[in-house]
Amino acid sequence: MSNSNENTSRRDLFRNVALAAVLGGLDVEAAQHVHTTAAAEKATTGAYKAKLLNAHEYQTMQKLADLILPADEHSKGALDAGAVEFIDLLCSQNPELASIYTGGISWMDRAMEKRYGKDFVSASAEQRTALLDLIAYRKNDSPELGPGIVFFDWARKMVVDAFYTSAIGVKDVGYMGNKGASEFKVSQEAIDYVVKRSGL
Amino acid sequence: MQINRGGPVYDVVVIGSGAGGGTTVKVLTDLGVSVALIEAGPMLNPAKDFKEHMWPSQLKERGAGAGGATYFGKGPAFGPFLAPNGYWDIEGEPYTVAPGNEFRWFRSRILGGRTNHYGRISLRFADYDFAPYSRDGLGTDWPVTYDEISPYYDKAEAFIGVTGTKEGIRSAPDGIFQTPPPPRVHEVLIKKSCDKLKIPCIPTRLAIITKPLNGRAACHYCGQCGRGCVTASNYSSSQVQIFPAMKSGKLTIFPNSMARELITNGSGKVTAVSYIDKDTRTERQIKCRTVVLAASACESARLLLNSKGPGYSNGLANSSGVVGRYLTDSTGYGLSGYVPALEGRGRYDDDGFGGMHMYIPWWEWDKKNKTFPRGYHVEMGGGYSMPNVGSFHGTCRSHEGYGKSLKDAIRNGYGNTVGLSGRGEMIPNENTFCEIDPTVVDKFGIPVLRFHFKWTDYEFKQVRHMHENFTNIIEGMGGRVLGLRNPERESSGISVGGTIIHEIGTVRMGNDPKTSALNKYCQAHDVKNVFVADAGPFVSNPDKNPTLTICAMAWRTSEYLAEELRKGNV
Repeated sequence: MSNSNENTSRRDLFRNVALAAVLGGLDVEAAQHVHTTAAAEKATTGAYKAKLLNAHEYQTMQKLADLILPADEHSKGALDAGAVEFIDLLCSQNPELASIYTGGISWMDRAMEKRYGKDFVSASAEQRTALLDLIAYRKNDSPELGPGIVFFDWARKMVVDAFYTSAIGVKDVGYMGNKGASEFKVSQEAIDYVVKRSGL
Repeated sequence: MQINRGGPVYDVVVIGSGAGGGTTVKVLTDLGVSVALIEAGPMLNPAKDFKEHMWPSQLKERGAGAGGATYFGKGPAFGPFLAPNGYWDIEGEPYTVAPGNEFRWFRSRILGGRTNHYGRISLRFADYDFAPYSRDGLGTDWPVTYDEISPYYDKAEAFIGVTGTKEGIRSAPDGIFQTPPPPRVHEVLIKKSCDKLKIPCIPTRLAIITKPLNGRAACHYCGQCGRGCVTASNYSSSQVQIFPAMKSGKLTIFPNSMARELITNGSGKVTAVSYIDKDTRTERQIKCRTVVLAASACESARLLLNSKGPGYSNGLANSSGVVGRYLTDSTGYGLSGYVPALEGRGRYDDDGFGGMHMYIPWWEWDKKNKTFPRGYHVEMGGGYSMPNVGSFHGTCRSHEGYGKSLKDAIRNGYGNTVGLSGRGEMIPNENTFCEIDPTVVDKFGIPVLRFHFKWTDYEFKQVRHMHENFTNIIEGMGGRVLGLRNPERESSGISVGGTIIHEIGTVRMGNDPKTSALNKYCQAHDVKNVFVADAGPFVSNPDKNPTLTICAMAWRTSEYLAEELRKGNV
């Protein structure tokens, strides 16, 4: 989970501390806290080893995460944002969540095998999206697809959470805060733009 | 159990370190009074305990909690980033709710209590709020008037620092204000929509400083007040009142100490406070000349009800039988809307205060023939906030699907939703109170509270009024209400009792000892050296968040107490 954006965040943290120190509101312990935080951030680097999902399940989640939020012209995708690591880590801490994923992956493989004689990973790209086009929508709910729809809902929201809490996702939506400033300024241009559009 | 009865006699023992306890400690130590402060939780260390400026990605679980607790409605209250503040459930310290009732009790166990995280909304009660019965025949008048409390609002505001502007609105009295920050873009739209509806929408009144004050730095606009502020630029009793008071040499703090009972030794006065030292599960006592209860309205009531002796088998300071009665919480109702006018406005740092920059005070205070008594104020949210676990679940639900279209929908919809939250006045009713559960004790052996809580038609009708007006405000700016456009039932969407965390009224004040527990200085009618400095004394629960009034009342009570000590009257 380390990349240049998070190094930026660390810089911001230090800058905030510098700012606060100048303003006279910060003590040595607070500064120490920032150092500790930065150290903890560094410790999160390194290759990830799956903790709960087996190799096949992990590979399936990688395919699925990449389909849910792929790389596009704006940003990289869920894989680069650590979505599968996030899901595997939480599953390793919670048997209830783990069974949602192992059960859901197994359900998808069975559904693919029934249709195409192949599991989700081995199937073609078209075959994969054909299944997702069914289970990604509540309107397709049926005794046959119900478990898949429930599972996909879990996978989608957790992949989305992992992506948008990563530095890649933060940049994708364009959140520009968590910086601190000596003054809060509002863009008059933005105000004029929205007021005009609102008709108020 | 070993009981340690040694130690010095303190002028005042204060129980609880939130807004009431913190203010009491500050005022009394400034006046040279020796104070022992008992706190049921640990000391606070902002440098270590606050997660200000951290990104979700800096937490192993990104803020979802171990095992994805937040997906299952578990984990720390209000998420993992918030200042250590308290809990909806405390292991080994239960409370019970009577069958057929719903109530949730948020309790804090740390120095500073709920002020470490609270919304910092700082609203004066209006003049008419102190005389509700005289106005509409419901509830009871306070034994004090606005004019008596106003100087203490001045002191509290000047000391803790509150933003605002002079508006001359009767429902929202002006005070001693620091300059508020300008409205955010979506707040400008909300104000314009309100203007059209003739609903006032005015600059925010929050306990956040925009200019340095008493050695505290001005706000640095990171939007994370709820996480606790390392520069103490917002009010918390821990950082703003108690830490400075520790330097006075007049304050002794007993952390991890759970008050159990007030001891009178048959003297008619409290001579000591019995507490459990949580680290050793040993009972100890602190000797005192006077005691100030500031443990939160319900904990203070519990402590009085659990203090029984010959002549007061009903609980201490409770010859009237009102202790635990007249419990209320604020009503809560929220509605959000998607506002297309906000689409494509470009990105900017929208953090600002950790809270709204504008708010809506009650506007129908002089309207006759309303369908419900009293009123509410409106808080607002929106803008470009830090993406967190759960931030885009709404888009996942509404857009569904996957792939590039989902990514586009999230990017294009980000920051275009606004939320309005009503916080209104509940009328005390006979079905809403707390009492000692006759069969359950906590892990320290202290009998626990049992809650009874019912909303009435007054509150349901008020919430319907909120729904209609919030819909008008959202639609007036071209927005689309998310959720039900026309809820079928009047009660749809009203908060569960207790969940707005404005519980008050359980040790109410009044001039008549037969119908109140405390006199107009929050001094017990029955026991002259017992005072209450939290929201327990409040006679009504006006449509203003209680913290500022807790500070003002505690300030006044503390000055009175110091004077009575000096005169030898207590």
